[in-house]
Amino acid sequence: MDSATSELPTHRTPLRDTAETGLKIVVVGGFGVGKTTLVRSVSEIRPLNTEEVMTQAGVGVDETEGVSAKTTTTVAFDFGRISLNDRMVLYLFGAPGQERFWFLWDRLFSGTLGAVVLVDTRRMDDSWYAIDRLEHHRTPFVVAVNRFDDDGVRHSLDEIRQALALPEHVPMVDCDARVRASGKDVLITLVNHLHDLATAKEATL
Amino acid sequence: MTPRKPVDTGDPDRLYTVTGGRSRADESFDLVTLIVSESAPTPGMQSEHARILELCEHPVAVVEIAAELGLPVTVVRILLGDLLDTGHITARHPRAAASVASLPDSALLQEVLHGLRNL
Repeated sequence: MDSATSELPTHRTPLRDTAETGLKIVVVGGFGVGKTTLVRSVSEIRPLNTEEVMTQAGVGVDETEGVSAKTTTTVAFDFGRISLNDRMVLYLFGAPGQERFWFLWDRLFSGTLGAVVLVDTRRMDDSWYAIDRLEHHRTPFVVAVNRFDDDGVRHSLDEIRQALALPEHVPMVDCDARVRASGKDVLITLVNHLHDLATAKEATL
Repeated sequence: MTPRKPVDTGDPDRLYTVTGGRSRADESFDLVTLIVSESAPTPGMQSEHARILELCEHPVAVVEIAAELGLPVTVVRILLGDLLDTGHITARHPRAAASVASLPDSALLQEVLHGLRNL
């Protein structure tokens, strides 16, 4: 079966010595929606976990007496890797979509090619904030609906588009995050979209 | 599969020691900047510096170094800054990291598409 349970090397697999360009795609979504599963299904390495320590001025943060205006927050994220060719390596980052992680987003989204919003139709509320922030950052994205086995009520993509108030130009795709071919299809949908945007922009130059 | 454990050792003192008390990281290191060692570890070198040099015999992204060392990315950026200053590593920075809103060119994206289709 072509699934996320396929064997990934347990030892570190080095990149080719010719690798020179790192690229980023971010997968965002609510807790338990399958971000890490999607990353794992397409990654050439077992997804790794690391963390970022963010020191920020206490804007919008509870400031208790006697505590300095700076707060330090630690947030963990998963990532995987795909060697595209001899020179280019694509890194996939799974980022939590909740509002309290906005500062991680600023860091992750800097220089990213684009984003995949992974949606669970049983918990679509989790997706609104992510979509809002992506639009704010002007980060191009596609919406991938992770179809779980027990997704009894199968909403159509059109219904989901309406529920999320998603503009027509944002591509949507069904997926099964556990299946490599499906995860790959999601990434191709995103990069096709990015390519269309880039081609359109270049035509106006 | 190795059990997933928090990267943070829960010991702020350790992180303080690793960076010599510094907290300002070199922001020029993107998460996907690829690091390559230019020399072998030297005797007496701080162990984290030595580990990075061993790890980066072949190119390794900053974020992978952080995961391998079990250190926050910010701390790794500080350590990489040291190694870059002393000529022990070189950094291959991503092309597209300049600004958030600017789109990469269609030729680059075509290459990405090609790579993904060949998976």
